[in-house]
Amino acid sequence: MTDRIVDLEIRLLLEAVFEQFHYDFRGYSMASIKRRLHQALAHFRCDTVSELQSRVLHEADAFPQLLSYLTVQVSELFRDPAYFKTLREQVLPHLRTYPSLKIWVAGCGDGEEVYSLAIMLREEGLEDRTLIYGTDVNPRALKKAEAGVYAADRIPLFTRNHQLSGGKSSLSDYYTAAYGGAAFDKSLTRNVVFSDHSLVSDAVFAEMHLISCRNVLIYFDRPLQNRAVELMKQSLIRRGFLGLGARETLRFTEHAEAFTDFARDVRIYQKRGDQ
Amino acid sequence: MSRRSHEAVVIGASSGAIEAITTILPRLPEGFRLPVLIVVHLPPDHLSTLPELFQSRTSLPVKEAEDTEPIHPGTIYVAPPDYHLLVEIEGTLSLSSEEPVQYSRPSIDVLFETAADAYESALIGIVLTGANSDGANGLREIWNAGGTPVVQSPDEAQAPLMPEAALAHCPAAQVMTLNQIAEFLIVEGGRHD
Repeated sequence: MTDRIVDLEIRLLLEAVFEQFHYDFRGYSMASIKRRLHQALAHFRCDTVSELQSRVLHEADAFPQLLSYLTVQVSELFRDPAYFKTLREQVLPHLRTYPSLKIWVAGCGDGEEVYSLAIMLREEGLEDRTLIYGTDVNPRALKKAEAGVYAADRIPLFTRNHQLSGGKSSLSDYYTAAYGGAAFDKSLTRNVVFSDHSLVSDAVFAEMHLISCRNVLIYFDRPLQNRAVELMKQSLIRRGFLGLGARETLRFTEHAEAFTDFARDVRIYQKRGDQ
Repeated sequence: MSRRSHEAVVIGASSGAIEAITTILPRLPEGFRLPVLIVVHLPPDHLSTLPELFQSRTSLPVKEAEDTEPIHPGTIYVAPPDYHLLVEIEGTLSLSSEEPVQYSRPSIDVLFETAADAYESALIGIVLTGANSDGANGLREIWNAGGTPVVQSPDEAQAPLMPEAALAHCPAAQVMTLNQIAEFLIVEGGRHD
């Protein structure tokens, strides 16, 4: 039954992380956390999670490294082009009717989606009246997002995605190649605020017209999904839009009734007018 | 010590997968009690029609796996394209868009490793045809957890590399033809202890 001891150790580690660093992973899907902790054990050269817990509590630079294992930053520019195409062709015509706009990318990781939206808004002439919030729990990810530099070998995929999303310009207009990386134009983040925010423990901070929270809820268990969706529901204006990942759904949450399917195939929901 | 009876089946396949899986599924009888979790490698932008395709070949319910859903007996779950499929220890499914493992998302290893952790000795793991080595590590984990590893006979497999790699990592695995795998599952899935 050694496995069940590992489960106990993981619970204790997550409690310790919460008490000491105020990051709450206790409601995350454990199978995924456990896999990533196994990788962290190899990285830290620890034999047990208890040993890892001791390192994290006693060595100042250990926790930021562990945090990168506990959070997942994997995305692409214009990931799931059909999602962005629907935003462009069906959601933006609604948003265009507002004099000013707020968009929240919840769980923005390294910022790929923020840059995607910024490029799309520029192409659609909505950049100047829109404020984009990119939030994440991982400060290292936020730094990368602010820097906006991505590995050059990812650019062909990003370019293809951008075209498939209905892009009206050339992606190469927005970055300069340097040192094996592609650095995106700083002017894209003129109306972007990157900030530390947790869907698990933080509160509403602004009224949003669109929230894009993709492939974040899948790492949460059901109670935590309910909490996060409630927070997003409260943050949205009436008839505001919520975009989820390609295989995420509100159906299993307590707040499904507060939304209607706006574009079912790409998981874009609209908050009901009476909510 | 008596062995726990089997509670779930995980299957991984790559090149040649559809033919192999549609050979096994029609043989599973109504009332088959084990859940079957399947990972098939597909190109990431492939439109997922696998559940429909498999459903046309079996009377057991087939569905694309959804995040946080409970695993029901006698149901066939297929991993969605571009997501890993994981099993939680409380018997629910979860999805993840973590980085591909050995270039694959969904990854057979990820399903097998998490299922081994959840089901321990009550799991049957089956590696079918394929042209890479995904599933080899996972099958070994199933063996380590006391479960039952099975590999499609490389002689019969359309692409023998994946079964061969699985056997190299997990020599204790039973080698069976697709027919034998179906027979084995019928016996295991009909048994109530």
